[in-house]
Amino acid sequence: MKRNGERRLGLGLTAWRLGVLALVLGGWHVLTATGVLQPFFFSKPLDVALRVVRDVQLPRFWSDLGITLTETALAFVIGSVLGILCGFALARHPFASAVCDPYLKAFNAMPRVVLAPIFALWLGLGIWSKVALGVTLVFFIVFFNVYQGVREVSPTILANARMLGMKERELFRHVYLPSALSWMFSSLHTSVGFALVGAVVGEYLGSAAGLGYRIHQAESVFDVTGVFAGMVVLAIVVLIIDALVGWVEERLLVWRPQAATTA
Amino acid sequence: MTTLERARGIPTSLVGQSEQTVALLHDVAITYHLADGSFYEAVAPTTLAIAEGEFVALVGPTGCGKSTLLNVVAGLVAPSSGTCLIHGDRLSGINGQAGYLFQAEALMPWKTALANVAVGLEVQGLPRDEATERARSWLGKVGLGAFLQRYPHQLSGGQRKRVGLAQVLARDPRMLLMDEPFGPLDAQTRAIMGDLLLGLWQADRKAVLFVTHDLEEAIALADRVVIMSAGPNASIIGDFPIDLARPRDAHEVRLQPAFVETHRAIWQVLKEEVLKGYAQANEAKA
Ligand SMILES: Nc1ncnc2c1ncn2[C@@H]1O[C@H](COP(=O)(O)OP(=O)(O)OP(=O)(O)O)[C@@H](O)[C@H]1O
Ligand SMILES: [Mg+2]
Repeated sequence: MKRNGERRLGLGLTAWRLGVLALVLGGWHVLTATGVLQPFFFSKPLDVALRVVRDVQLPRFWSDLGITLTETALAFVIGSVLGILCGFALARHPFASAVCDPYLKAFNAMPRVVLAPIFALWLGLGIWSKVALGVTLVFFIVFFNVYQGVREVSPTILANARMLGMKERELFRHVYLPSALSWMFSSLHTSVGFALVGAVVGEYLGSAAGLGYRIHQAESVFDVTGVFAGMVVLAIVVLIIDALVGWVEERLLVWRPQAATTA
Repeated sequence: MTTLERARGIPTSLVGQSEQTVALLHDVAITYHLADGSFYEAVAPTTLAIAEGEFVALVGPTGCGKSTLLNVVAGLVAPSSGTCLIHGDRLSGINGQAGYLFQAEALMPWKTALANVAVGLEVQGLPRDEATERARSWLGKVGLGAFLQRYPHQLSGGQRKRVGLAQVLARDPRMLLMDEPFGPLDAQTRAIMGDLLLGLWQADRKAVLFVTHDLEEAIALADRVVIMSAGPNASIIGDFPIDLARPRDAHEVRLQPAFVETHRAIWQVLKEEVLKGYAQANEAKA
C-alpha cells in the first residue's frame, strides 16, 4: 500500500519533500543572514554545506565513517545473534522466562547512556565499548520480537505441522524459526537504527575516532558549523542504511500479505 | 488387543472387530478445564467405530464437539475418559497414520504452495527432488498446477483448502480426518470440491472421518452419516447408512429420490437437536 501510494503520488511527493527541505533551509538562511539568529550559535546552511563538502575530501573523515559503520555492524550482528538465542531459549521454557522476566524488564528500562562510562572502563576507549552499548540496545528489540514470534505461532499451524510428522527439530526449522525471523525482520529498521545510535552515542561520550567523536570535537570548540555538518552526514548515512534495510526486508518477507499490488 | 485393555473394560465384542476397524472411539468423553477453574463437559461417553475403507460423515450443531472428537482421533487431544484405538492399538501421542485437514487455516504462510506440500514428504524421509516432484503432481491433481509458487495469502480460500488437501493426500495416510474442509466456500465450489474429493478417494478408498454441518453434503459424500446432539454432554444420537450407488457425482446425486428420502429421515432427527441448541443458547443469554 505504501509502495503503491508512493508510486502514484510519484512526482508530487518528491516535489513536496523537496519543498519542505527548501522551506527549512531558506528560513534558516534568511534568519541567520538578517541577523535574527546569531550565526555563531546557529551557523548558516551554506557554511554547513561547504563544510560537508570539505570534510568528505579528508581521508580522516572516511576512516571515522568506517569506524562508526564497523561498530554499527558488529553491534547489530552480535545483538541479533544473542537476541535470537535468548528469545528462543526463553520462549520454549516458560519457567525460565518467568524467572528472568523482571530482570529483563528492569535492564531494558535502564537508560543506556548510564552504561557508556562502565563499558569504557571495562572495554577501553576503542570500538568494543561502543559495540557493547549498541548490543544492549539491539539485543532487546530482537529478543522481544523473536520471543513474540515463537509464542505467537498459530496453534493450528503447529498442530498441522505435527500431523505432518514433524518432531522438535523439524518444527524448529519449518515453523518456529521462520515465524521468529519474520518478526525480527519486521523490526529490522528499528534494530539497525539503534545499532547506529549506540555507536554514535558511545563515540560521543568518549573515544578518539568515529562520527560521534567528530561531533564532540566540534562541540568542544564551539564550532556549530562542524556540529551541524556532522549531523547532516549522520542523517544521510541513516537514510542510506534505511533504504538498504527496506530493500532487504522486501526480499525476505515476500510471503507476507501486503495490500494487494495490482498491475 | 492386550489383556490390559480388555481388563479396562473394552467389551470383547469389539475385540474381534479390530482387524477391519481403523479407528475405534470407546466410551470417549472429553471435559475441558476452563481458565476460571470450572469444567465444561463437551462430549459425553461416546462410542464410534470406523471400518476400513469407510467414509463416515459426522454432522451436528455448532459447538457440539465434532472438532474435539476429530482431535481425539488425531491424538491432539487426550480423552478425559475412555479409549481411542487405532488399528487395535491404544493411541498415545500423535496419530501417525492419520492425515488431518483442519477447519482453520493451517498452511505455513512462509512457504509456497509447492513447499507446503513438499515439506510433509521430506519429513517422511523422501529426498528433496523427489518430494518436490510428488508435491507438484499432487497440486496438479487438485487443479493447482499453475499456482505452485504462490504463497498462501496469494491464494483464494478454496485454493488454500485444495493445497491442504494435496498436503494431506500426498503423504498417503491410512485414514483421513477432515474438519469442515469446504466450510467457507460457496455451494457450487463445495460441490466441485466434493467431486474432487470423491474422485481422489475412489482411487484407494481410505477410511475417512468427515465433519460437516451441511447434511446434504454429508449424505452426498458418505457411506454413513453420524449425528451428534447439541452440547454440553453431546453424544451420538443417530447413525444412518447411506445406500447410494458409487461412484457418485456429488452434485447430481442430490436429485435422486433415494437421496431425498434419506435426507428427510435424517433431518427429522437433526431438526430437534438444532431447536434444542437454539433453546439452550437463548437460555444462556437470558
Ligand atoms: N480448548 C478448549 N477449551 C475449552 N473449551 C473448549 C476448547 N475447545 C473447544 N471447547 C468447547 O467445546 C465445545 C465443542 O467444541 P468443538 O470445537 O469441538 O465444536 P464443533 O462441533 O467443532 O463446532 P463447529 O461446528 O462450530 O466447528 C464447544 O462448546 C467449545 O466451546
Ligand atoms: Mg469445529
